[in-house]
Amino acid sequence: MTRKPGSLAALPVGGTAIVSRVRGERAVVRRLLEIGLVPGTKVTLRRVAPMGDPIELKVRNFALSIRRSEALGIDIE
Amino acid sequence: MTLHRVTPLPIVLVAGNPNSGKSTIFNALTGARARVANYPGVTVDRVSAPVTIDGHTLELVDLPGTYSLSARSREEQIAVDSLLGRAVPAPQAVVVVVDAATLGRALFMAIEVIATGVPVVIALNMSDEAAHDGIVVDVATLATMTGAEVVRTVATRGEGIAELKAAIGRAAAKLPAETPILERPAALAPDLAELEAAILTEGGLERPGAARAFATWLLLSLDHEGTDDLVGIPATLRTLTLAIHRRAAAAGRNVDLEIISSSYQRVDTIVEAVVRRSPEPSRRRTDRIDAILTHKFYGGVVFAAVMLVVFQALFTWSEPAIALIESGVAGLQALAAAALPPGPLTDLIINGIIAGVGNIVVFVPQIGLLFLFIGLLEDSGYLARVAFVIDRLMRSVGLNGRAFVPMLSGFSCAVPAVMATRTIENRTDRLLTMMVLPLMSCSARLPVYILITATVFAPGTRFGFLSAGAVLLFAMYMLSVVAALTAAAVLRRTVLKGPGSPLVLELPPYRLPAPRVLLFNVWQRVRAFLTDAGTVILALTIVLWALLSYPKATAAPAGEQLRQSFAGRLGHAIEPAIEPLGFDWRIGVGIIGAFAAREVFVSTLAIVFDIESDGAEDEPLRDALRAARWPDGRRLMTPLAGVSLMVFFVLACQCMSTIAVVRRESGTWRWPLFMLAYMTVLAYGASLAVFQVGTRLGLGLG
Repeated sequence: MTRKPGSLAALPVGGTAIVSRVRGERAVVRRLLEIGLVPGTKVTLRRVAPMGDPIELKVRNFALSIRRSEALGIDIE
Repeated sequence: MTLHRVTPLPIVLVAGNPNSGKSTIFNALTGARARVANYPGVTVDRVSAPVTIDGHTLELVDLPGTYSLSARSREEQIAVDSLLGRAVPAPQAVVVVVDAATLGRALFMAIEVIATGVPVVIALNMSDEAAHDGIVVDVATLATMTGAEVVRTVATRGEGIAELKAAIGRAAAKLPAETPILERPAALAPDLAELEAAILTEGGLERPGAARAFATWLLLSLDHEGTDDLVGIPATLRTLTLAIHRRAAAAGRNVDLEIISSSYQRVDTIVEAVVRRSPEPSRRRTDRIDAILTHKFYGGVVFAAVMLVVFQALFTWSEPAIALIESGVAGLQALAAAALPPGPLTDLIINGIIAGVGNIVVFVPQIGLLFLFIGLLEDSGYLARVAFVIDRLMRSVGLNGRAFVPMLSGFSCAVPAVMATRTIENRTDRLLTMMVLPLMSCSARLPVYILITATVFAPGTRFGFLSAGAVLLFAMYMLSVVAALTAAAVLRRTVLKGPGSPLVLELPPYRLPAPRVLLFNVWQRVRAFLTDAGTVILALTIVLWALLSYPKATAAPAGEQLRQSFAGRLGHAIEPAIEPLGFDWRIGVGIIGAFAAREVFVSTLAIVFDIESDGAEDEPLRDALRAARWPDGRRLMTPLAGVSLMVFFVLACQCMSTIAVVRRESGTWRWPLFMLAYMTVLAYGASLAVFQVGTRLGLGLG
């Protein structure tokens, strides 16, 4: 568990990390927090869409798809 | 107890996340008695049904599926207003449907609802699926920790429904809780207290629990710039909320994060205590299916195959039903003509009312089929994968991944396709899709294309090894796609500005759809179309009929009658405007008539040109069009004029039913009128360019 702090967009497929912070436009951040991506939550990158974007995450035992542009604003540790 | 009820029924709300099986629960609780209405001021269905429990009748209301209560738009505001009883009667109890496999997220919504103080029943749904994934939930502890009654259900099999009903009866008899239930961080306490006091002073909410919940909601929902679309919020509360946010920001705090994190801390504590997970990996079946369906290569193949089936169904499977309706309408018209004495009233009945009803009913097969497919795709979980796979492509023009199925359906008919935009949750994204959808070349344009290509090109005309007609037809479809995508990109940067909503898309496990819910939804859509859009279509049909039949010429043949009608005169009046496009007044009359439905262009032209045949064979019309001349002897339908006319039909909003359905789905006349205006300008400009540039280049004589 000594992955360097970085963004969720840089996580490799199959990689797991902990959300440390969500940045960006207020409405977007609120949306991501409300669906469960609050700091301290474990997140796994499961899959990437055929055209490279969006990505599929596993959070709180459900599959969530977000775009790379939003994933860039999610800091992980 | 009196027999005559003067007060409305006590209300019980059914809330929950999308994909939680909420609709199935609602359906299982209420049977087939559901009524669909609209929430005032928004285009969100309010589905409700009476339910009798222990001799007491309650009104069960199905709230739209959401992940939280906070809102930026009026559509999203429905949830909080219904829960707290703002401007509507407050509920007696709330059923929160949660997916047992994803309690770690679903309980967020549940505890937000519980925090309002209203008695809550948690329906722990799909517990069979969760058990299959190795997840076991301790129901008793969950009930103790949330203060809500918990009932295990498998709604698709009707399990737990009787118990749920009994629990609803008990909850509805309870009084709301007086004290706030949810702990918030200490830093937030003074802010909430201040806002709560202001809310209680303002009036409307009496219980402290409700005031606390509303204060939390205001802090989360109100926009700093005041650009949210929320209604009924007193200015004092807005000002105070903003002041609190500014104060917090100055102190380096983030109020949104504080609220949401504290809720999730509570969720995590509960989940920790009640969920027992076996080490076995979960969702194995869904993972195996997804390995294929979202695969780089096979995913694309399956995707193309599924879309092809949908497309084929809309195009051809609906054909026999449409033909049946059309012949039925024709039969009815003949019957009426035989039974009624000739006169203006009979004419109104036959060509206004019966034709108008026919114009409405004829859409039912396609609407029904499209919503059957969308229901199948959505309930099985595949629709979310469609958005996942295609989002990248759609986003490049500012559209959402969810816009793909509606756009594709637009090739068949814009009317069901506009209705299908309901699967797009964000209002701006939805409006954008609606605005560009009618540019997709629908099947009603095909008879027009065919008439024109057959008229202006001799059968053997070829471009290289391809027939001229095929090349032109292909070009028109390409033009329609390019126009729709370009229009989307332009509108996104201008009228419907915004970066587009972020994609926050749940990919639910693959499941078998429940036929009852599926059919109920199809019926709901069809009925909404018949009643709401239908009335507008009927009215417009009658207006068009009047334009084409009045003023009356005495004992004149049909062609003469049409030529001197309002529509005929209008055709003459607009001739100077359409002459630069290569159209004379007769084409103008055809275009006006085509407003009823594009294929009517053909039959209207037949009348203008005095063609006596019944329209099954348009050879005489083609000859007449080929022979048609301008007063100075120039040929009217040159190949260039034909191309210009086809381009006009690709781009113009020549369809009153589309306008009627956009009016219904956008909730205002503003958007359909904007659509009509921009598409007409676009069509006029493009046809003008085609004809004028073509003429200058000497292509006009062909």
